Amino acid sequence: MIADLFTTTVLIGILASGIRLATPYLYAAIGETFGQKSGVLNLGVEGQMLLGCFAAFYVALTSGNLWLGVLAAMIVGALMGLAMAFVTVNLRAQQGISGIGFYLFGLGMSDLLFQKLMGTVETVKGFPKIYIPGLSDIPGLGEIFFSQNILVYGAYLLVPLAWFVLNKTTLGLKIRSVGENPDAADSLGVSVARIRYFTIILGGTLSGLAGASLSIALLNVFQQNMTSGLGFIAVALVYFGAWKPAGVLGGALLFSMVNSLQLWIQVLGIPIPSDIAVMMPYVLTILVLVATVSRVRAPSALTKPFERED
Amino acid sequence: MKKFAWLFTIVLTLSLVLGACAPKTAAPTTAPAQSTTAPAQPTTAPATEPPAKKFRVAVVMPSAINDLAFSQSMYDALVRIQTEMGGPDKFEIVYSENMFVVDDAAAAIRDYATQGFDLVIAHGSQYGSSLQEIAPDFPATSFAWGTTVDTFGQPNIFAYEAASQEGGYVNGVLAATLSQTGTMGVIGPIETGDAKLYVDGFKAGVAATNPNVTVNVNYIGSFSDVALASEAATTHIAAGADVLTGTAQMVVGAIGKAKEANVLWFGTQSNQSSLAPTIVVASQVYHWEVILKEMIALIQGGTLGGRSFAANLKNGGEVIEFNPAYALSADAKALADSAIQGIIDGSITITLP
Repeated sequence: MIADLFTTTVLIGILASGIRLATPYLYAAIGETFGQKSGVLNLGVEGQMLLGCFAAFYVALTSGNLWLGVLAAMIVGALMGLAMAFVTVNLRAQQGISGIGFYLFGLGMSDLLFQKLMGTVETVKGFPKIYIPGLSDIPGLGEIFFSQNILVYGAYLLVPLAWFVLNKTTLGLKIRSVGENPDAADSLGVSVARIRYFTIILGGTLSGLAGASLSIALLNVFQQNMTSGLGFIAVALVYFGAWKPAGVLGGALLFSMVNSLQLWIQVLGIPIPSDIAVMMPYVLTILVLVATVSRVRAPSALTKPFERED
Repeated sequence: MKKFAWLFTIVLTLSLVLGACAPKTAAPTTAPAQSTTAPAQPTTAPATEPPAKKFRVAVVMPSAINDLAFSQSMYDALVRIQTEMGGPDKFEIVYSENMFVVDDAAAAIRDYATQGFDLVIAHGSQYGSSLQEIAPDFPATSFAWGTTVDTFGQPNIFAYEAASQEGGYVNGVLAATLSQTGTMGVIGPIETGDAKLYVDGFKAGVAATNPNVTVNVNYIGSFSDVALASEAATTHIAAGADVLTGTAQMVVGAIGKAKEANVLWFGTQSNQSSLAPTIVVASQVYHWEVILKEMIALIQGGTLGGRSFAANLKNGGEVIEFNPAYALSADAKALADSAIQGIIDGSITITLP
């Protein structure tokens, strides 16, 4: 039975599933990376995603336009980010606690809106798969990488883009300096508040997009609490990925691949109790984290509100 | 400034948490029969009898009342009873949904008992130990919990369960008849209770019809992870399944995947035809009102608990609802009907592992 795992169908299945499962993590965790690089921990990702899920689904359902749904999710995420930025930058609230507050707000609000506006679970026709000409015909690889929907491609394109912005642009330099030494950045004329507003709102926008990728591209359904902890895993992936977009990508893929592997293990009837199989991705993630934790250092000003010394 | 921020956050959090926990009364719109039943009352209740006291029910549920699964089955049943008994004036329904935190559920159960409800339903086997503690403090209140058979020997606790293996068996018989690839997939939450009964019944039904069919089973370890349930469906389809079924509220995403791939779906708990009218063949639907009515009659007669009930095909607590939009062949329908009949008259016994 173990040998069944190494057939082409199964290997392609595992990899293609893993690529899809990683998509929402990527949007949310890349967004969170920007926030944390500038010194703000946002634990409200899950709430932003849930509201994004609902906004995208509801707008797509009522307007029939998927792109309007994506736009709505991004706007809702950005507004959540704006509120988070006000609370953490202007009011200097404790970041972890406010994040939890925003999570609960998103959880409750998306549920309330769902009850009032829809009332029952419905489905939409989501983004179709796009077969990239030429590339999608490559045996195996084509099915894994080049036969996915547009929001899946978008998530993977975001990784090099985020790396470029963070490491090769002045904006990226400002973000990193605000997260490492806000006093020094401030004395050089960089507005700490403005940079943090930007990164938190960007993070919210991407979390909203992560929600949209679930509700109108991957699952095409909305249900209460459908993210089911995904947003918190995304926050963990930022630590896992050592605050680097490539690291986040690696973590998201590892977690998702092991998850799709355990799905196949059960389907093939390999005699491992389902409870053990379900634990696999989490256990492996913890092991990798423990093994690699000493190599990285968090941004120095992470979770510290900035107060100018006069 | 900093203090203000703290306060702001705490108030925000508290208001949200409290808001989420506030019990909701069933909207009057859910009982459309209200006005039509009113004129009929004089004939059913002779004038000599004093007007019946309003019966008040409170229910605590782990997911939402519109989850198309476990919680909805209970809510729909209560609304049906309400309609039958003559609307909210005769039968009051109050509920707390999304009580996935057992502690919150326990608090809600205690609150309802304090408010003097006639029957407080803890709709989730995870609430059992809380109920065991709470029930003795309210000897005049009747409690019900499920799905289980255990009343803890308390005189004011009813237990209820669903023989979901029966509907699973019927679905399995139909699935084995309709499958062409000879492979089918099952998606479950956690390998226990009602879900395990359904899955085992389904496998038994398939095996009894066509022993050569492979049934792949996947428990995803969650009642809420729509994304993983959906990916499990994709995995089953990639493994060659052309018939899928699954239990609990997170399967909605999986039904969507089945629809996209045009493979058949069998539902359980609530009628899931509305989600994918083209591919849902049949759903096993729980009609809890059958056993709830027995409980209510007992409570009105002064018995507050101590018994356990099972919803099954025989007593009508479980019904196989065929999707009228799916063109099921007469032969297959006859097979399903004979399986239902066999289970009811006892000529088919389902052996569970």
